[in-house]
Amino acid sequence: MNYFTGTDEYVLSQELKDNVNVAIALGRPLLVKGEPGTGKTLLAHSIARGLGKRLLVWNIKSTTKAQEGLYVYDTVQRLNDARFGGKDVSNIKQYIKLGKLGESFASEEQVVLLIDEIDKADIEFPNDLLHELDIMNFYIPETGETIAAQHRPIVIITSNSEKELPDPFLRRCVFHYIAFPDEELMERIVRVHFPDIEKKLLRECLKKFYWIRQFDMLRKKPSTSELVDWIQALKIGGVSIKKIEDEIPFIGTLLKKKEDIDVVANSGKTHYAYNSSIRTRDVY
Amino acid sequence: MFINFFFNLKAQGVPVSIHEWMALHEALVLNLNDVSLTKFYYMARAILVKNEVLYDRYDIAFLDTFKDVETTDELLEQILEGLKKVKELHLTEEEKRQVEKLNLDEVLRNFEEQLRQGHYKNHVGGNKAIGTGGRSTQGAWGYNPAGIRIGQGVSRHKSAVQIAEKREFKNYSNQIILDTRQMRVALSHLRSLLPIGPEEHLDVEQTVDATSKNAGELELIWKKKEKKAAKLILLMDAGGSMTPYARLVERLFSAASSQISKLKYFYFHNCIYQDLWKDIERSESISTVDFLKNTDKDYKLIIVGDAEMAPSELTWANGAIDYWYHNDIPGIVWLQRLRETFKYSLWLNPIPQRSWDYIQTTRMIKNIFPMFELTLEGLDEAIKHLISGKVLQKAV
Repeated sequence: MNYFTGTDEYVLSQELKDNVNVAIALGRPLLVKGEPGTGKTLLAHSIARGLGKRLLVWNIKSTTKAQEGLYVYDTVQRLNDARFGGKDVSNIKQYIKLGKLGESFASEEQVVLLIDEIDKADIEFPNDLLHELDIMNFYIPETGETIAAQHRPIVIITSNSEKELPDPFLRRCVFHYIAFPDEELMERIVRVHFPDIEKKLLRECLKKFYWIRQFDMLRKKPSTSELVDWIQALKIGGVSIKKIEDEIPFIGTLLKKKEDIDVVANSGKTHYAYNSSIRTRDVY
Repeated sequence: MFINFFFNLKAQGVPVSIHEWMALHEALVLNLNDVSLTKFYYMARAILVKNEVLYDRYDIAFLDTFKDVETTDELLEQILEGLKKVKELHLTEEEKRQVEKLNLDEVLRNFEEQLRQGHYKNHVGGNKAIGTGGRSTQGAWGYNPAGIRIGQGVSRHKSAVQIAEKREFKNYSNQIILDTRQMRVALSHLRSLLPIGPEEHLDVEQTVDATSKNAGELELIWKKKEKKAAKLILLMDAGGSMTPYARLVERLFSAASSQISKLKYFYFHNCIYQDLWKDIERSESISTVDFLKNTDKDYKLIIVGDAEMAPSELTWANGAIDYWYHNDIPGIVWLQRLRETFKYSLWLNPIPQRSWDYIQTTRMIKNIFPMFELTLEGLDEAIKHLISGKVLQKAV
């Protein structure tokens, strides 16, 4: 029985840990959603390391088709060989390349399969995979072969919710929403990256970081990875704690748009600055 | 009854299917929640709810179903409360010897019995029941070396009902206008696969045909790759009454310009006449007639405005609000022409829907264009309308 207990370099909440184990026990894909930079992709890496299994990553792009995950039939190569090469082209097998999903089925041992950013693909993409994920096999008409999973892979799917996913697909998943870490959890996360960071510096950075995040008008809120970059910059720059209290050095590492920097700059320096945003319609 | 949970979820509008309900039972059979209600709360949520927007409704349904369920977590909390109220107990050496005679198994059995009988409530002193400052084997700040300590550590985890009561995900509920990211997400639904860009995709059938015709000499035929794209026209009201909503419209615009590759946008003042303005200051314009003639009809049209004006501005020739501006054709005719030209069109209104019926011009415009509220939920519905041509029934 696989039981995931977490790894040292990835900090996660108890609920997420439990949900990972629920998904493994039920043999269903785990769908992970959350703000960018909350460590969705790293979760799969951590699971693979924690369970000592091989990780296969299938990165989804806007043009990715479900078929590519199963196998690709390289017709161009075959045409080319037929025309120019002295090769025997009657054996179609050599032109069939298994995709990531196919590879995870064909693998000798159980693997962890990460389907990254599934929402980038076309709306029909998840539906096209339903059948294969359910019965864990598929048929290659070109060769008359059936590829069946020897061990059900542990499937982790991440989504940035750029698109809604179809209901039949969602029904088959276990779903976890990674909420943005609170200060306590964030402190632990930062400590993983900077084990010897000064307590006072860390506190001050987090205070500023969460203060910036509470602006509703920001076009892009800074996330965990930006915080880590920022602290890295502060350490290299050797900025004193006093200076961080007074201003925000290297603000460019946290905010990537000029408008956002203006919003923060114009808000005054205190933590109780008036937050001039239209948030709910109750305001009207 | 447990099945009530299912119906409570349904009643709250959480779309739970039998499929998922069965999966939950499967998980319960495997005891994946470790007999804890708190773990059950998270596990059931992971299996039954597939969108964080619905977490708040899940919390409500959970509260409805399980609010009277007492768990040991809660008992601990209560015992802890009671214990805080008493002073420490001082015993003589003789009494200490007496209590030391008890053995641990006996104590445990006694403890469970007490719990069952409900003797734990704020019991102070005494020799038998759980309580504080007494010599019984249960309780804290008392004296008994074989006793069970309850509630002296701080409980790290809140009980499930308390978590549900907090309703942390209230803000994720979809009626609140959120940041541009969410608007971008809504708008990105508009994109569908269109053949654009360079020709880089091999057309196998055409290639085989061409190669055959070419007597077997390889002839590769490429076709345009399909890419996500959308065509959208945004017409925005820049009138005075729109000023309170300027930031909101600006956000919509910035979201649209980042998401839509083929975006056209124009401004108007209160109502649309023979000119469309290219900038918010209305210094440069194009003719509406030319615009209607020269624009592809498969563009989707979104008009953003409060639809609130004097009826004359809408129905009279020369009714425009600006004294220097003359229009031979009333605004309502222009609106109808727009509606007839673009198959997929709608109106987004920042004013809350409940007040639409009290404004005469809003009622009139609503008859021409399907009208949606400029909130996240309204935008979502509007986009669905544009994609499918159907208006989805709004859940009230």
